Amino acid sequence: MASVTPLKTAAELSLLAQAEGSKSVRQNSFARYAAKGLPHRRVEAYHYTDIRALLKDAPAPAQKAGVAPTHFAFNEIDACVITLIDGQLTAVPTNPLAGVSMNISDEVPDDGLAARSVFPSDGDPIIALNAAFVHRTLRIVIDAGCAIEKPVLLRCITAGAVSAYSRVVVEVANGASMTLIECHECASGGLTNSVVEIAAGDDVSVEHIRVNLGDESATVLTSFGGRIGARSALTSGNFVTGGALSRHQVFLRFEGEGATATISGAALLKDRQQADTTLVVDHSVPECVSREHFAHVLDGEATGVFQGKIIVRPHAQKTDGKMMSRAVLLADGATMNNKPELEIFADDVQCGHGATVGALDDDLLFYLRARGLPKPEAEALMLQAFVGEALEMIAHDGMRERLEWLSETWLKARG
Amino acid sequence: MVAVKETVEQVKELDVDQYKYGFSTDLEVDKAPKGLSEDIVRFISAKKGEPEWMLEWRLDAYRRWLTMTEPNWARVHYPKIDFNDSYYYAAPKKNAAPKTLDEVDPAILDAYKKLGIPLREQEILAGVQTSKVAVDAVFDSVSVVTTFKEELKKAGVIFCSISEAIKEHPELVRKYLGSVVPVTDNYYATLNCAVFTDGSFVYIPEGVRCPMELSTYFRINEKNTGQFERTLIIAEKGSYVSYLEGCTAPQRDENQLHAAVVELVTMDDAEIKYSTVQNWYPGDADGKGGIYNFVTKRGDCRGANSKISWTQVETGSAITWKYPSCILRGDNSRGEFYSIAVSNGMQQVDSGTKMIHLGKNTTSRIISKGISAGRSQNTYRGQVSAHRKASNARNFTNCDSLLIGEQCGAHTVPYLESKNASAVFEHEATTSKISEEQMFYCRQRGLSAEEATALIVNGFVKDVLQQLPMEFAVEAQKLISISLEGSVG
Repeated sequence: MASVTPLKTAAELSLLAQAEGSKSVRQNSFARYAAKGLPHRRVEAYHYTDIRALLKDAPAPAQKAGVAPTHFAFNEIDACVITLIDGQLTAVPTNPLAGVSMNISDEVPDDGLAARSVFPSDGDPIIALNAAFVHRTLRIVIDAGCAIEKPVLLRCITAGAVSAYSRVVVEVANGASMTLIECHECASGGLTNSVVEIAAGDDVSVEHIRVNLGDESATVLTSFGGRIGARSALTSGNFVTGGALSRHQVFLRFEGEGATATISGAALLKDRQQADTTLVVDHSVPECVSREHFAHVLDGEATGVFQGKIIVRPHAQKTDGKMMSRAVLLADGATMNNKPELEIFADDVQCGHGATVGALDDDLLFYLRARGLPKPEAEALMLQAFVGEALEMIAHDGMRERLEWLSETWLKARG
Repeated sequence: MVAVKETVEQVKELDVDQYKYGFSTDLEVDKAPKGLSEDIVRFISAKKGEPEWMLEWRLDAYRRWLTMTEPNWARVHYPKIDFNDSYYYAAPKKNAAPKTLDEVDPAILDAYKKLGIPLREQEILAGVQTSKVAVDAVFDSVSVVTTFKEELKKAGVIFCSISEAIKEHPELVRKYLGSVVPVTDNYYATLNCAVFTDGSFVYIPEGVRCPMELSTYFRINEKNTGQFERTLIIAEKGSYVSYLEGCTAPQRDENQLHAAVVELVTMDDAEIKYSTVQNWYPGDADGKGGIYNFVTKRGDCRGANSKISWTQVETGSAITWKYPSCILRGDNSRGEFYSIAVSNGMQQVDSGTKMIHLGKNTTSRIISKGISAGRSQNTYRGQVSAHRKASNARNFTNCDSLLIGEQCGAHTVPYLESKNASAVFEHEATTSKISEEQMFYCRQRGLSAEEATALIVNGFVKDVLQQLPMEFAVEAQKLISISLEGSVG
């Protein structure tokens, strides 16, 4: 390929202007981003999501919190709700739940260089930008042995055409269990950049659920980092219908033997939406199990991207990893890009990955229509089942039902 | 899972220090001055007695190459190559252009004899080989001999070295050269365009089924030389050809570069079957020496109902960077890729395929088996894509890998891109065990565990084996039995 002289895009120039001379911006982290600029298709990890080309502009970070929308899709969920508007973090409940403590910390956010960091050490640009611009970190600590019944629900709102940076660090001590829900609502023209880190000790059980219900012209960039201790179980369920451009990055590392991780996701996209899920599961110790299952339903001119990588380090024997990505294209303009990777350095492992892309099965459709269902309903029924496979991996009943209802609504609106 | 003992032993036999083709032949050679410049490009073109348009084509490629950067996305690591530190042209001096086989330097003939490549037609006819194979023997930078030319001519088939084709069939070469792999396709392909020295040219006219297997045997002999060959195969409407390629090199301490370009074109209803046994010198156990194999191979199914099939058995090279691809342009065209890649010692393999579905009802199939041992790294990298108009495109991909030992790595990097709703792509990759039910069934019938695994896997790997032409069966047999044992682990 011919070498190209890099020119700065409008978004890159905006970011530079925002960082320049600002005292609140962490220049070290910003420099890590600035060294390479916004990632583009020549950067392997961003091959299918060319942020440089897709991000037209980077709005300025919000100076003060906007107004939260009144409607909230998860009002009925009985949870300890923490609302983060435009990334502004002013107060948190002091004693929210027994066994849970929360505080707002001024710690330096991890941009991949912190000790035991799960993020790429060569500097992921989205995480570096988050570390540079985020104000303060919300730290949640779950005491050892505490089983927290009520989920902690982070309602992350970007209320206007601004950039909102947020960072949440959750520590789950040995033997504890909890459910963490993050729901992203990003207004038209807004940019959300959120990072959630979970450090799970030994014998821990954590369920993480992420929902992206952003506006169809919003940019939602989310990252999730997880460290999993011995015999612990971590599940992460994802649901996406929002955002013009969304990218969710997952970095998981097993740090103790006998742990399991289950990551699932469903994305329902239409028009010109683009959603990317990029995950790296690092089996650095023996005898861990990982499962990934992702389903994409793509209508209109939508683009789905799934990039998954299972790494099995030398000596991580008896690893069991399975990764599956399935996509249904409903229109000729839709695109699905799959890249399920395996990187294996140990010889006694069971690893597999599968990927399928296709349209709805004509035979099944015919079967349903022969029984009197109109075409749209028959399609919706099949798609509901297709998405359901991924959603049923979510253990929290209330959330699962709610997400099923949301996907049903989406399918009905399709007509 | 842990590989069975037998497999481990068989792979050991193939270990880098067991390389059988490592001898070199002492010859007086005609070399270009060391290094790479426009003058060298002119020198090569002049040596070949090429027409002006060819020289211009080369120079244009060279100038473009200067502006390009080396690709770095592959999972291979090597010190920066000094492109000025090797010879770009080396040809045996004696009888520069032999008319018959008797004029060829006996030392070269000996070399081929040692390699087991029959160049004498009468020997072949006398039953040394069970079936007839026409051979084009490329020694360093030149083609020394092409057998069975006359007989092929009777069928209308043109089989000669590319240099000869440039002189004798310029209209065909001009029409097709660079039409599948454009001049600026990638760094190494562009370099090849500038300095390619020889290779094979095959033209199968309309409706002809090539009467025998065609084959090219590449041998690098000289020190410090790079080999840049160019192969062009054109199959006109309704024709068929099966083409084999083999390659070896002497054992040397320095790394040598091999950057080839292979272009295949099939018209309506035509079929090309291209098989490779790649056995370049892989370097010693510590990774010293060996060939850098940076190859661009691509087939273009231009006509409707055409078919291109790639089969490869890869054991050699210090570094392999190779992705035989199919552009499925014609409606109902079909692409296939069957591969067994064995890496050992310090070898690094990054290989796979690309299936680009452009036409309607196009189908493709990818079967890839990777086995890594020693301290080697074996990567499968494959791309399958369906463009907007590729209605009803179908792909099935299956890649399995096996690791022998704790110091090697096996990686899979598939890219699946679909832009058409009616396209159906399936990909699966495993490093898993045979199911217990299957084992139980076989064991119940009195087979030992090892026999049972061999039986089950045998049926499973057959897909690749059946695609290999008879002529390669012997060479490939050993590799294959390994992969049989191996995949069970």
